[in-house]
Amino acid sequence: MTPTTPLGRTAVALDERFAGAKGMRKLLNKVFPDHWSFMLGEIALYSFIVLLLSGVYLTLWFKPSMTEVVYNGSYMPLHGVRMSEAYASTLNISFDVRGGLLMRQIHHWAALFFVSSISVHMLRVFFTGAFRKPRELNWIIGVILLILAVVEGFAGYSLPDDLLSGTGLRIAQAIMLASPLFGTWMAFFVFGGEFPGLDFIPRLYTVHVLLIPLIFLGLIGAHVGMVFYQKHTQYPGPGRTNKNVVGYPLLPVYIAKAGGFFFAVFGVIATLGALVTINPVWLFGPYVPNQVSAGSQPDWYMGFLDGAVRIMPNWEVHLWSHTLSLNLVVPAMLMPTALIGLVVAYPWLEAWATGRTGEHHLLDRPRNVPTRTALGAAFLSFYLLLFIASGDDIISTTFHLAFNDITFLFRVLIFVVPVLVFWVTKRIALSLQRRDIDRLMHGNETGNVLRLPHGEFIEVHAPVNERDRARILSNPAIEPLPMPPATDAAGVRTPNYRAKRLQAKVSHFFYGDRIPMPSAEEIAAAQAHLDAGHHGHDELTH
Amino acid sequence: MQARAFRRPAAALLAVAFAVLPATGAQAADSARTSGTGGSGSTTSHPSDPLVWGKLLYEEGCASCHGLQGQGIAPSPAIKDSGAAAVDFEVSTGRMPLGTIANQALRRAHSLYTAEETQAMAQYVATLGNGPAIPTQQVQGWENADMALGGQVFRTNCAQCHSFSGQGGALTWGKQAPNLMKATPTQIYEAMLVGPNNMPKFSDQTLPPAEKRAVIKYIEFLRQPDNPGGLDLGRLGPVSEGLFGWFGGFGILVAIAIWIGVKAK
Repeated sequence: MTPTTPLGRTAVALDERFAGAKGMRKLLNKVFPDHWSFMLGEIALYSFIVLLLSGVYLTLWFKPSMTEVVYNGSYMPLHGVRMSEAYASTLNISFDVRGGLLMRQIHHWAALFFVSSISVHMLRVFFTGAFRKPRELNWIIGVILLILAVVEGFAGYSLPDDLLSGTGLRIAQAIMLASPLFGTWMAFFVFGGEFPGLDFIPRLYTVHVLLIPLIFLGLIGAHVGMVFYQKHTQYPGPGRTNKNVVGYPLLPVYIAKAGGFFFAVFGVIATLGALVTINPVWLFGPYVPNQVSAGSQPDWYMGFLDGAVRIMPNWEVHLWSHTLSLNLVVPAMLMPTALIGLVVAYPWLEAWATGRTGEHHLLDRPRNVPTRTALGAAFLSFYLLLFIASGDDIISTTFHLAFNDITFLFRVLIFVVPVLVFWVTKRIALSLQRRDIDRLMHGNETGNVLRLPHGEFIEVHAPVNERDRARILSNPAIEPLPMPPATDAAGVRTPNYRAKRLQAKVSHFFYGDRIPMPSAEEIAAAQAHLDAGHHGHDELTH
Repeated sequence: MQARAFRRPAAALLAVAFAVLPATGAQAADSARTSGTGGSGSTTSHPSDPLVWGKLLYEEGCASCHGLQGQGIAPSPAIKDSGAAAVDFEVSTGRMPLGTIANQALRRAHSLYTAEETQAMAQYVATLGNGPAIPTQQVQGWENADMALGGQVFRTNCAQCHSFSGQGGALTWGKQAPNLMKATPTQIYEAMLVGPNNMPKFSDQTLPPAEKRAVIKYIEFLRQPDNPGGLDLGRLGPVSEGLFGWFGGFGILVAIAIWIGVKAK
């Protein structure tokens, strides 16, 4: 049958030349599971596209040059002021290029959402255990993408060479200088001499518009490709197993949903760009090293680093005429390195503690893995505290508090809160599991109280529906690894005894507190009990 | 328990009395100043000589802390050499007489004294020692000052505490560099001249009058509500942008994702 429509004829013509029909059919029939939380990564992808488009527009007028010029554009409060060409061209984009300010604001809002969506997407992946085998590598690509997004954002924030971004660069340079042994050399290398110098902005421009975007394109391709190839994970539910994917085909459902979502994301970003000011560089003024403004903060994704530096005590060690600036080394180098290391290592750490090697395509409900959920929540609270600490001056003026007190409070909270959050989250997760089992065994409370002919009152319980049942039964209720015996029956020492003992201890930390799932027989008996009309808790009926 | 107590009419009356008392007390204190002897928002009878009037007002409202000769009674500072400019600044912004006990005198919505009363007090304090006069002449012509120069001077000398947008900022131990959006040109000039509280003095050698007027011009520009980019989010910098981004923008995106992801039933 030959197609008659233009589209059909084009498709046939293409297939005759490239033989792509078979592959396309397979691709378009590919099934994806449905859940709103699977679309968080899409927000990142769409913001990235918006960033590319708006960024190209900005490059047409931005001049990455530190050459000093006198501003003669239409923004009167800076008329006749000496400034770098980078800053002058940013003002030009903002006030004299048609649609320039809109594009700048779109670009900046999109950048904030890009990092936000990557972060929230990673939280979803973490709390549902989507990082487990076989997807550890994609988790790491995700971590790299997040780090690059932060670096790329900071580079973009620094390029206009305004007072705020220059202050940020000064801090970045200070952190470089604080690096032990090679700090001074590195700072001079990167900036091409003394700060701020003439070299840095052009160098940063190349990094911002060429180097990092290229790496982004490659890694995003790999990231999405791996999701295709390894298949998307799915939440537990009726008929969903570790070996299937229940959902809708790419065509037409997801093409339509994703296409529509792209325009929604673009629309929201464009609306914000049109209505809400972001980074009003004209108010900051050009960067001059002897000027600084109160309320100098980085964009939100750098906030946790800024907060860490703000609350760090002013410790320095002087050794053999060298200064080790712990006040920067600890919060701006060791802390983020440790956080990134933990995040990268986590999939292997958990797999090691679990002691199993199987693949996981079915997601965890966060309550069913209490220790992971609690660790994630503790991590988040640590991060959020540092993030909030970054706004300590705004908190101080808004709430009329002394920021000396706020700083001291944060120094205490940063150690206390994550421990509390860990404990509370774990207890909540375990309690939710108990409630799940209770619902499974005794059914849902209906709120109907029944009086029996002999005068007894019972509360009617209804069996949980099929979906909830499948979800509750998905609890793996992982058991901790047993302590290895020091020696076997013949008295021979267990090989790698210390490592195995450590593994068992870590395993106990992860899975020691567990709510055992009732056995299949117990569930069947409870089901029969409910079906037979003996509703409700035994305590009530006795 | 609380509820039952209020069923007794006497108790209720007592409770109401307690609630109202502090308010009326405060009111009484303020009205004592305006209607008492010598004092007066009412311009009906006051000495025609401003110095005599100023002395009366000073003795009534200031002397209990700053001393009859402006010598200061610890912990209050001596003000005999503060000059008319300092008096006008502190009184016209409502910072003096001291209100709530805080780490620094706070601006009131309205000054407790009329302009004439303030002038009279300022003139009287000027006679106690040597201090700068009210810079009425020097402020003249700020409207024609160089705004770009003002911006540069502002960013070099003022922004580090008052922030790039003049919104104010935090200092140590709960002190603040105030928001400049309500300050009048004269008050701004006076502040530079006398350096109230933690603020440094900017003498005419450091900051010539022309530059002071330029700063005033720039601050007046910052007060204009026009914002080329749309909503200004309080001009607080990236903190308010980040908050708005998360709760305003990103929240909407997640809401749309949830809406699209809702199961077709």
